Amino acid sequence: MRLADNYEKNGDLIVTTLYDYARRIANQVTVVKDQGRDWDQLIDDLVTSKYFGYPLMFLLLGVVFWITIVGANCPSQLLSDLFFWFEGQLTFVFQLVQAPEWLYGLLVLGVYRGLSWVVSVMLPPMAIFFPLFTLLEDLGYLPRVAFNLDHLFKRSGAHGKMSLTMSMGFGCNAAGVIAARIIESPRERLIAILTNNFVPCNGRFPGLIAMSSMFMAVGISMASSSLVSALVVASIVITGIMITLAISWLLSRTLLKGESSSFTLELPPYRKPQVITVLIRSFFDRTIFVLWRAVKVAAPAGALIWFLANITVGEYSFIAYLADFLDPLGRIMGLDGVILLAFILGLPANEIVIPIMVMTYLSEGAMIELDSLSAFRQLLLDQGWTWLTALNFMLFSLLHFPCGTTLLTIKKETGSKKWTILAAVLPTIVGIIVCTVIAWIVG
Amino acid sequence: MLMIISLDQLPVGESGIVTVIDAHGLTRRRLLDLGLVPGTVVKTIRKSPAGDPIAYLIRGSIVALRVNDSKQISIKPFSEVAINE
Amino acid sequence: MSDYLISLAGNPNTGKSTVFNRLTGLKQHTGNWPGKTVLQAWGFYRYQNEQYTLVDLPGTYSLLAHSPEEQVARDFICFGQPDATVVVVDATSLERNLNLVLQVLEITSQVVVCLNLVDEAKRKNIQVNAAKLGDELGVPVVETVARRGIGLKELQEQIHLLVHGKIKTNPLKIHYPPELENKISDLIKQLHYLPESLNKRWVALRLLEGDQSILRGIQEVTRLAFS
Ligand SMILES: Nc1nc2c(ncn2[C@@H]2O[C@H](COP(=O)(O)OP(=O)(O)OP(=O)(O)O)[C@@H](O)[C@H]2O)c(=O)[nH]1
Ligand SMILES: [Mg+2]
Repeated sequence: MRLADNYEKNGDLIVTTLYDYARRIANQVTVVKDQGRDWDQLIDDLVTSKYFGYPLMFLLLGVVFWITIVGANCPSQLLSDLFFWFEGQLTFVFQLVQAPEWLYGLLVLGVYRGLSWVVSVMLPPMAIFFPLFTLLEDLGYLPRVAFNLDHLFKRSGAHGKMSLTMSMGFGCNAAGVIAARIIESPRERLIAILTNNFVPCNGRFPGLIAMSSMFMAVGISMASSSLVSALVVASIVITGIMITLAISWLLSRTLLKGESSSFTLELPPYRKPQVITVLIRSFFDRTIFVLWRAVKVAAPAGALIWFLANITVGEYSFIAYLADFLDPLGRIMGLDGVILLAFILGLPANEIVIPIMVMTYLSEGAMIELDSLSAFRQLLLDQGWTWLTALNFMLFSLLHFPCGTTLLTIKKETGSKKWTILAAVLPTIVGIIVCTVIAWIVG
Repeated sequence: MLMIISLDQLPVGESGIVTVIDAHGLTRRRLLDLGLVPGTVVKTIRKSPAGDPIAYLIRGSIVALRVNDSKQISIKPFSEVAINE
Repeated sequence: MSDYLISLAGNPNTGKSTVFNRLTGLKQHTGNWPGKTVLQAWGFYRYQNEQYTLVDLPGTYSLLAHSPEEQVARDFICFGQPDATVVVVDATSLERNLNLVLQVLEITSQVVVCLNLVDEAKRKNIQVNAAKLGDELGVPVVETVARRGIGLKELQEQIHLLVHGKIKTNPLKIHYPPELENKISDLIKQLHYLPESLNKRWVALRLLEGDQSILRGIQEVTRLAFS
């Protein structure tokens, strides 16, 4: 006891002395003239205001997605036109050299067609969304979000720094899990690790955006439909945050009992983002990176799926057999067997879930002439998709096991199989429950 | 008599001088490291929508503290100083 | 093999990763977000035909407390034995940033201060006299706008001069109140067994404030020294 008191007294003396020196020197070398108008304070008055703080957060998120959806529309169309024109050329070449039918099916109908949809559906939204998000980050808005939301973290027994690990998760969940190292208490660190997957990562955003713009708000005028789609994506993100808080609350009252520990948060001055650098960086570092991951895995996957679809076991193709097996569970959840299969096969990376799904549907023989982006939607409609399927697809994308990389990272960071398994099981159960309940209510 | 209040009671826009820091262990260290030592001038800048945390101007930077923590810091508001001197 | 090892320390959000990226050409994540860098990142650059290894450390307010980021930064500066430490300082909030500079100066004299964000300071009508700051601290101070690459050549030059012993630093000595100074000198006498590479005054200070983690770090260093 006495020793601890002494330590504290010494520590105080040390810090006080250091700060005395710091102040003396700072005063000697700095001249502060009239500070002028403080814009930072005006902006903060608004973005952290009691009444506007939360609505503004939601609105800003909505606007970001709205710009993404509206902006992605035209380039997506152009890209898919380009790809399908090229498919025509490819077909011509294949006919010219009299290539065997199966090779044409494998390469053009399997690999190429799947890939071109992936690129035209995923690339434009990514190329718009990532820079916008990075701009907000560069501006200094994220710490304000943390400031607004901190009391929720506190009440759910989570650490305040979790807002940081979560925003890292928006990029990549594995990075978010690693970032949890900055949380000193093992209890709160585990909570941050286990819940990180509830924020959608780079690999999941394009799918969310594409599904929302294709299926939500159909039948409304063009302008307002993109608005509705944007708000749907924003709501999905908010849902993820709310589930994070709920699960944290649950964990801190059961498996990981305890109170939230003390926390300080600096609100840095707003800084003018370097627009050009951000544009270039986020395009090459994130957009191309994610796309490349999708393409890299999707191409061989396309070939594999084409084979699986053409190898028959008894009456059925192999893939139909797998999908049929999963179909009952899928139907209960308002999805179908192919979608669940795609999520399972998508374990290596979330980017490849949609490509696998599309290729599987294609292999099931829906070989209608598909020459535009609306055909993508048509393909899904032909498979019995409704807005409910799309909604549950988005929810299950948000709420299912983390990708393989993230799971390996969790294993490494926690050093425990038990927590790794929980990290996979927990969100999957939540996802199954949420989807089932929604399908049940609607159906 | 001079009035001493805890930091979370200092109204927005008001300043004061830290007199005592009653936190211990890690929390104390963290507060000290931000430059919150007895004698430091602190100004309340804004409250978050829920009223917790609260942001303060401490040695030229804006830092948000949770009410739990700022309760443990005693402070002598400037307005009081002016009245009593 | 690299010729010199340089660590980058500083308060959170002062531009360490920006300096790091500019010098090494790498792409560490930056963002207006205190605490963006969580782990240390390693990179290289060449200057005057010599290779430098640069380590981007997490931002910390001090080297005293025991949060994981602080531990990473502290352990690297103390036990990683860098040839020089660059402390990146935010010109707009000098007082708090100097607290960390002073702590680093207590550990090592091989320090260059990178006075960053001077463009932002100018915008806020804050003028910092870099030369005078250098005189006060006894180490080189370089003004930079890391985001636009301004001043970084000069920073490399100062690092070069420092690691080649072409500038002698004379870091500011902190004098604590007599009651504490007495305890420090008592304790230093008992620390004679420590390896030369460790600064005994600094270790004594840490022990006086009950820093447990320092003991572990020392044990590791001594084990290495004897094995
Ligand atoms: N105006 C201006 N902004 C800068 C300068 N240097 C860095 N920035 C910006 O300051 C912010 C923080 O930069 P980082 O390099 O991430 O800072 P850091 O020190 O690595 O931060 P942590 O990793 O959180 O400790 C970014 O938004 C940078 O673009 C500068 O010289 N001038
Ligand atoms: Mg950094």
